[in-house]
Amino acid sequence: MIRLERVSKRYSNGREALTNVSFFVDRGELLFITGRSGAGKSTLLKVIALLERPTRGTVSINGRNTGALGARHIPAFRRQLGMVFQDHKLLADRPVFDNVALPLVVAGTPFKDIDKRVRAALDQVGLLGKERMLPMELSVGEQQRVGIARAVVGKPPLIVADEPTGNLDPDLALEVMRLFRRFSEVGVTVLVATHDVHIVREFGSRELILTSGEVTGGSADPLPSLVASR
Amino acid sequence: MQALLGALGRLARAPLATMLTLLVIGLALALPAALGLLVRNAESATGGFGRAVDMTVYLKNGVTLSRAQQLATVARSRPGVASVTVISAAEGLRQFRKYSGFGAALAALKSNPLPNVLRVVPRPRASGPLALEALRRKFAAWPEVDMVQLDTQWVMRFNAIIAVVRRLVLLAAALLGVGVLAVVGNTIRLEILNRSDEIEVTKLVGGSNSFVRRPFVYTGALYGLGGAVLAWVILEGAVLALSGPAARLAELYGSGFVLRGLGGRELALLFGGGMALGWLGAWISAFRHLRSIEPRA
Repeated sequence: MIRLERVSKRYSNGREALTNVSFFVDRGELLFITGRSGAGKSTLLKVIALLERPTRGTVSINGRNTGALGARHIPAFRRQLGMVFQDHKLLADRPVFDNVALPLVVAGTPFKDIDKRVRAALDQVGLLGKERMLPMELSVGEQQRVGIARAVVGKPPLIVADEPTGNLDPDLALEVMRLFRRFSEVGVTVLVATHDVHIVREFGSRELILTSGEVTGGSADPLPSLVASR
Repeated sequence: MQALLGALGRLARAPLATMLTLLVIGLALALPAALGLLVRNAESATGGFGRAVDMTVYLKNGVTLSRAQQLATVARSRPGVASVTVISAAEGLRQFRKYSGFGAALAALKSNPLPNVLRVVPRPRASGPLALEALRRKFAAWPEVDMVQLDTQWVMRFNAIIAVVRRLVLLAAALLGVGVLAVVGNTIRLEILNRSDEIEVTKLVGGSNSFVRRPFVYTGALYGLGGAVLAWVILEGAVLALSGPAARLAELYGSGFVLRGLGGRELALLFGGGMALGWLGAWISAFRHLRSIEPRA
């Protein structure tokens, strides 16, 4: 599903955020990316979501090299990808329904389908009945779940979450992570960047540890075939 | 469709700011349209004068009335001539006596000193200064003709003034059109900055540039259309205010001239032009500023 080969990212200020990162993720896998803040977790997710371009190396998603995608094709690419952010990036002046419906509106989904699918997504995150409320009227945990509903409403094959539990207490964090595991169980590939090591241990899912932009451990497949061939 | 409704809703939610923008656009559109109206009305007024333009062909003193009538028939057959009236020497004298106030002095004359006269009215399309001059020369060349009187100077001057004003209309329209582009463009730029969060999130979930641009472009077109409607209202008000005095003036000149407002085609041009300018201004602004808002999660 996702294959990174020797990916490096150097920002224009000279800081090297990623160095020679290679790994592979299968369809339906839940992969945690851990490490201290500043270790390159966010950059890695941005490179995968095409919010940043890698300086070197290739990223393939579903067998397609994303480096070959021109700016014109990025919107279509992002519709195949659900993104969850620590600050959830909801529109404060729009009710929950509109926030969750945005990916469908952007994709030109017919209105009667939008209604059905938004309710289904809200049901999945346990927020059915709060469609008319504004994000501000919800708790932090609920806001994060609205963000997750927005990420899954378009039924993307891949979900990328950057510190989705950063602002949540342990119980809520666990609940959100369970949600991600449920998505992976139905075949969605889920990448979660987090510094919450305890949760990761508890889940027993695959883990990729980043230190200063390099993969320094974890159970991620380090692409043995690639290493052998070079 | 949804983008259009959204654009309308946002305009309605900030009525004061919207009204101010519309007023600026409306005035910018009203000025060239008013000048255009002025030219059109002046032309229709001179169209009346054009028909009133005539030529007085004085025949030589020895030419008889029957010969004058023959000449009138020939003159009538010329292209560009609408009508020819023969004013006999006797008729001329009677009119002169009546209007000049020299009645008593004229009565002392033994014989009529006036010649027979042809009054030639050209067709409207032959009322241009060049055509009139050509016609005058034709008649002046006839052996029976003493002289042809035609005051073309004022016709030429008037036409020259109209030409200047017409060029002025084009200039004003071009300058103020650029002004409308700038006003709409700047308004849209501020709107884009205000909503940069929304734009970023929309792009984040896969909104293409054209999708993000659409509501702004619709907003611009609505501004243009609204401004055009306002300009129309302003012009109609001005025509209404001026029509009374203008009618009195026309009456004093003995003309049936009526001040007219915008016709159907001009109205369509105003509305279409306003909308197109708003659309274009918003599009340019959105194209330039939306590209700079890229998601940086």
